[in-house]
Amino acid sequence: MSSQDAREQILSRLGAHKPGPPPTVAPHLAWSAPVLAPAERTASLVKRMEAMRAEIRRTPEKKWKEALAQLLTDKGPATLAYGPGAWFAKDLKTLLAKSNTEAKPYAEDAEHFRDTLFGTAASITSVQAGIAETGALVLIPGPGEPRLLSLVPPVHIAVLRASDIVSTLAEALETLSSGTTMASNVVLVTGPSKTADIELTLAFGVHGPKEVVVLLLE
Amino acid sequence: MHNDPHFDFTASLEKALADPQLGENFKNAMTGLRGKRLAIFPDADELAKLRATGKAVKARALSKLPELLVRLEANCVKNGIRVHWAQTGEEANAMILDILRAHGATRLVKGKSMASEETGLNHYLEKHDVEALETDLGEFIIQLDGETPSHIIVPAVHKNKKQVAETFHRHLPGAPYTEDVQELNAMARKTLREKFRTAHAGLSGVNFAVAETGTLVLVENEGNGRMCTHVPPVHIALMGIDKVVENLSDLPPLLRLLTGSATGQLMTTYLNCITSPRREGEKDGPKEVHLVLLDNGRTRLFADPQLSAGLRCIRCGACMNNCPVYVRVGGHAYGSVYPGPIGSVLTPQFEGIDAKGDLAGASSLCGACEEVCPVLIPLAEHLRRIRAEGQGCPDTCHVRGCGSKRTLAETLAWKAWAFLESNPWLRERLLRLAGLLGDRIPAVGPLKAWTSARTTPKLAPKSLRQLVREEGIRHE
Ligand code: SF4
Repeated sequence: MSSQDAREQILSRLGAHKPGPPPTVAPHLAWSAPVLAPAERTASLVKRMEAMRAEIRRTPEKKWKEALAQLLTDKGPATLAYGPGAWFAKDLKTLLAKSNTEAKPYAEDAEHFRDTLFGTAASITSVQAGIAETGALVLIPGPGEPRLLSLVPPVHIAVLRASDIVSTLAEALETLSSGTTMASNVVLVTGPSKTADIELTLAFGVHGPKEVVVLLLE
Repeated sequence: MHNDPHFDFTASLEKALADPQLGENFKNAMTGLRGKRLAIFPDADELAKLRATGKAVKARALSKLPELLVRLEANCVKNGIRVHWAQTGEEANAMILDILRAHGATRLVKGKSMASEETGLNHYLEKHDVEALETDLGEFIIQLDGETPSHIIVPAVHKNKKQVAETFHRHLPGAPYTEDVQELNAMARKTLREKFRTAHAGLSGVNFAVAETGTLVLVENEGNGRMCTHVPPVHIALMGIDKVVENLSDLPPLLRLLTGSATGQLMTTYLNCITSPRREGEKDGPKEVHLVLLDNGRTRLFADPQLSAGLRCIRCGACMNNCPVYVRVGGHAYGSVYPGPIGSVLTPQFEGIDAKGDLAGASSLCGACEEVCPVLIPLAEHLRRIRAEGQGCPDTCHVRGCGSKRTLAETLAWKAWAFLESNPWLRERLLRLAGLLGDRIPAVGPLKAWTSARTTPKLAPKSLRQLVREEGIRHE
């Protein structure tokens, strides 16, 4: 049977039965996440993401370049992938030129860059927003910063401005859908990749990054 | 094991109960999962609100299911996602194979998808020379051993680390024997990264599909789901039609309930929202995204005013983690894709009461399942209904195999009982006889089976009615 026929059949079966009107929630039982004051948001995000084993490095916005240079010295990745569209791309290039880390700009299609990326030690991406409620980074990959950047290399450095931290997931989702179309991909990240599939023992870095380092500009 | 027409539930239960290691593995894991769930919902009032809200969101989506599916389809198509509809598992499998063939794809990496377990996709693809590789760590482990998931969230939970160590040592080339979980994890990582890099296509399930925006939402901790949906040139998403929700704003309560109930997390490591394939100018992401909408019995559930509540299920696994039967026998004993309380409700409806109606008997009706179900599905009520369906029901029934458990002996027994109850004189005589002989009735046949796990009740020499007649009623 073709997909079209199946569609008709399924919809007609569903249409033959009229369920009652949608139930409503009594107002005293309606849930929404508590909204935090701006001052509490950063603290909540830091606490929650640290609990998920993300490393948070806080730095005054003015000193972010020094902080990033220090971070790279500490982690010492041989190679660092980045998206040429990131707001910090230019400064990063200058910074890398003076360091022992080789720059790997993700500037061509995955078909050509994929193998390089699978061999890259670390990556750096910008972050669209932070979510205080759950402790999460909102990444919106696109032409300037492709999807695989934050996924494939074993260390992921994420640059987040504290002023971009919102209170709740609901708030973050609202901004995402307020434009005309959603971005082709939106990913929320709370920390390094992990699993508990063997005896419920937590292990990090199963498929995605083993380390997530958030450079938090305040 | 699945869809086995000769499935013998009793034998399967006996086998599970005879394996002390299995019991131990489940007891440990389920205790752990229950503790985590409790810890993440410390505030009873908030949990009550979350559940009421979650239930309402899913119920609202179901109340306009056909409309939302059409809207989802339209928005997906607008976004460049190709939408396919399948009434049965076989149809879905054939469609997926067609998509793969159109790309000459023979290597498929798979993220976790219970719907693909329903359709038996792996087996089907292998028969057609496509390698379908499970990449979720738990799924990967059991695939190596040719097993099926024993839990919907932690599929390899029936194995302890020694057993996983043996599996890896046996199946992965050059893998040394180690019981170190981190090392086992590293071995899987190494093997699978190569597979992700070279796969021709990726397949995933869908946790929620948002009609308003045409967005597929996937939750996961490992990153294998992102690998499967972002790295290969083609991504196929397979979802049951019950997964659609109306708006993006419906997600927060559902996500909180899902991750909290399943693994005790505030949120999973990744929340992956896919709205379109690679767009103009983008450097990665699949060039094609396909969405396969699967019915496979769901429209039948939908038509039943009571049992349709089962379609609210968000597959969190909490009902099984808290089920005293599941915890003792594990998921394989059920011989079905979905085990535990929700499995005992869904499977008989999907596969027929004649084939799987017995599953509903595997419950003490203690109600622990519905006490934890995040979307308030009245599971115990549904279990009772499925049991009753076995005996048949009045006309408007949609349940497959309704009445198939009714036996002549049982029908006669009920008739005899009714006759007795409407003939007090005979009833009285028989009761007196039973009182005299009661303890000497030999335990044979069904009585023997019944008393094998229960204490035979002692029959009093005089019935209550008789006592009342003789002594009157004392009011005090
Ligand atoms: S029935 Fe309820 S508790 Fe069980 S898996 Fe579904 S949502 Fe979770």
